[in-house]
Amino acid sequence: MSQEIEVPELGSVGLLRYGWRQLTSMRTALILLLLLGIASIPGSLIPQRTQNPISVGEYFKNSPELAKWMDQLFLFDVYGSPWFSAIYILLFISLIGCVLPRTIEHFHSARALPPATPKNLDRMEHHTSWPAQGDELEKARDWFKSKRFRVLEKDGSISAEKGFARETGNLFFHLALILVLLGISFSSLFGMRGMAILNVGERFINTTTSYDSLNYGKLFNEKNLPDFALTVDKFVAKYNLVTSSPEDYTLDVKFAKGDLTQSELRTIKVNSPLKMGNTSIYLQANGYSPVVTVRDSKGNVAMQGPVPFLPQDSNLRSIGAIKVPDADPQIGFVGSFVPTYARSGAEGAVSVFPEALDPRLLLAAWIGDLGLDGGVPQSVYRMDTSKMTQVGLKSLKPGETFTYPQGSITFEGYFQWVNLEIVHDPGKNFALLGGIVAILGLLASLFTRRRRIWIRVGKTVEVAGLAKNAAPGLDVEMAEFVAKLKGEK
Amino acid sequence: MSRTWAYLSNYLVYSSMALYALSFIAHAIETAWAVRVTTEDSKKNMDYKRTEKVARIATAMMILGFVLLFAGVVARGLSASRVPWGNMYEFSITGALAFSGAYLAALRKHDLRWLGLLVSIAVLLTLGTAVAVLYRPSAPLVPALKSTWLVVHVSTAIISGGVFLLANAIAAAYLYLDRMETRGGRTAWAKRLPSLENLDQLSYRLVAFVFPLWTFSVIAGAIWAESAWGRYWGWDPKETWAFITWVAYAAYLHARVTVGWRGRKAAWLCLFAGSTFLFNYVYVNIWGTGKHTYSGL
Repeated sequence: MSQEIEVPELGSVGLLRYGWRQLTSMRTALILLLLLGIASIPGSLIPQRTQNPISVGEYFKNSPELAKWMDQLFLFDVYGSPWFSAIYILLFISLIGCVLPRTIEHFHSARALPPATPKNLDRMEHHTSWPAQGDELEKARDWFKSKRFRVLEKDGSISAEKGFARETGNLFFHLALILVLLGISFSSLFGMRGMAILNVGERFINTTTSYDSLNYGKLFNEKNLPDFALTVDKFVAKYNLVTSSPEDYTLDVKFAKGDLTQSELRTIKVNSPLKMGNTSIYLQANGYSPVVTVRDSKGNVAMQGPVPFLPQDSNLRSIGAIKVPDADPQIGFVGSFVPTYARSGAEGAVSVFPEALDPRLLLAAWIGDLGLDGGVPQSVYRMDTSKMTQVGLKSLKPGETFTYPQGSITFEGYFQWVNLEIVHDPGKNFALLGGIVAILGLLASLFTRRRRIWIRVGKTVEVAGLAKNAAPGLDVEMAEFVAKLKGEK
Repeated sequence: MSRTWAYLSNYLVYSSMALYALSFIAHAIETAWAVRVTTEDSKKNMDYKRTEKVARIATAMMILGFVLLFAGVVARGLSASRVPWGNMYEFSITGALAFSGAYLAALRKHDLRWLGLLVSIAVLLTLGTAVAVLYRPSAPLVPALKSTWLVVHVSTAIISGGVFLLANAIAAAYLYLDRMETRGGRTAWAKRLPSLENLDQLSYRLVAFVFPLWTFSVIAGAIWAESAWGRYWGWDPKETWAFITWVAYAAYLHARVTVGWRGRKAAWLCLFAGSTFLFNYVYVNIWGTGKHTYSGL
């Protein structure tokens, strides 16, 4: 049996108002804040597409069912997921709904005078009284003035108040958080981020087609790409001789902006990107590109040039694929490049130092169909050998040639490549400003004590004080005040 | 030259461990003797005098240990001509320094000697783990760490961590004593400890004091990330957990100031927030992926 429950009619406006009040209540804000913290956890434990696409791919390979299910819950894109966005958007609406009315209220109360002295001061904290000398009110006035209290004087009493910076700071802190969020949104809408791999000596002109990968915001206009070109002049990597760990990377570029007629020498390092307004050019990674010449059986050059290989470990053992689709039949090489060669029993050829002290190029030659015409995109570092046959294996020193029945390949030498990341981030300065204001606001709000002090002078002098939020330290201040009035100091 | 400094640093760290151990023993004796000290009239009591003496010795040992550890951390930095914050061993010895430093600084204003037992053993265990498990030879920094921001970001993070953990220890003491009181009152030794209200206030004040510093540390990290990695925020696991810690402490401050949480609930929230910091330090540094992989393990 169900019972009819009488529900008061709210109406749609009433319902909206009710919802708004619930959303902007402190309790809801607190729950949303904690929820935001908890919602960030999965993204730190599960690999994310934006940071670690390879690990995400492994999830899909190892347990496709689970991965598919997780993907539907956006567990690989937590920070861009609808549910994560929902939490922070609700939190910020709640924040605005909370902060705006308080700002208006604070604005009014900051201009108002302190409330009049209460009648019964003996009921307040820090109450003391003593027989009046006569000049206490004057002394009190001076003291309040020197301490920058706001005062209301009336009928032989002064009501003084101080510590408005607490609420001001608090409001600025919250408004600054909104500014940070706006800055981040602005960046993601109007910003862009691209990667380009360049061999030493190569030139990069800033157009969309020059990038190996390019992501931009919904409102980014390609015309906003700044005009510049750069040529990779010199790249020096220094490594620790004992640990092989990198100690310094220095990249020198010839940089030209505007109409590209004049270029200047600029240096890019890991902690000092090349900056041009809101666009910055970062040195993100580096590696080796072996230079090869591939010839057919008649000796004609089928392909020549550097091929970037992808580093696999801290000693820069790198793997890559050299594809010659124009040869007939098609030829491809699966290779690995070791900058300082050594043999290890278990792993075969390894690199023992990241600098190219004794480079080798190890190649497996394959003949057949490279599978490039099928329209399925392939990694430039890997080769699909399912429709190919292996025709030979060889380890080459620089200058050496490997001849197989269908032709030959010569390992001419190597270039170093650098991976440049070019970022246009128009919102970051707003976010930074927001961050600075947030800290200043926080300091003001946490270290300002709001308090009231009263004095009434008749036959006796009565003083009392009240500290809001039970802030400590008023007793010391009151003692000082009383000492001043009594002329003890 | 650099090797001499590295050896010197090791000796200093070992010596400081000996002093922290002595401090721990003195604190343990103090706690044991204090049980017999009656609260009334205790100033005239012989037991009170010798308890007070051993407590002073404990603090003195801790101060000496702090000085030696400080010298050890400095020497570690000199051995590689940089700030000593390049791997987990160095983070740990500096973190232990910050924790005992936060305790000693708080001691100047509040009588916290009852916490000394916990602080000395925590520092001793941290240093022990650092020396036995985390130790790596002194080496130069990788290029991404070569920045002035290393000094700003890491020092503020370590100081914040030290104070957060101290607030945590006090919140834990609160919960322990709270349970003791509800189960029939404090035992003799616990009677010397501060009132629940004082503990509650103290852990709040520590958090409120250091929360802006933590905020600053996160922002400094963002500024550094912008120049080193090309983005100021990328939800790297370390960044995510720093954010979670920030959110948790922000919730704690709001709960206290705006909603008026006190006592048990506030202490639990404080412990939760502190544990997110510890998780970030231990788990993300050692097993985590991402760009903050400087543990050297």
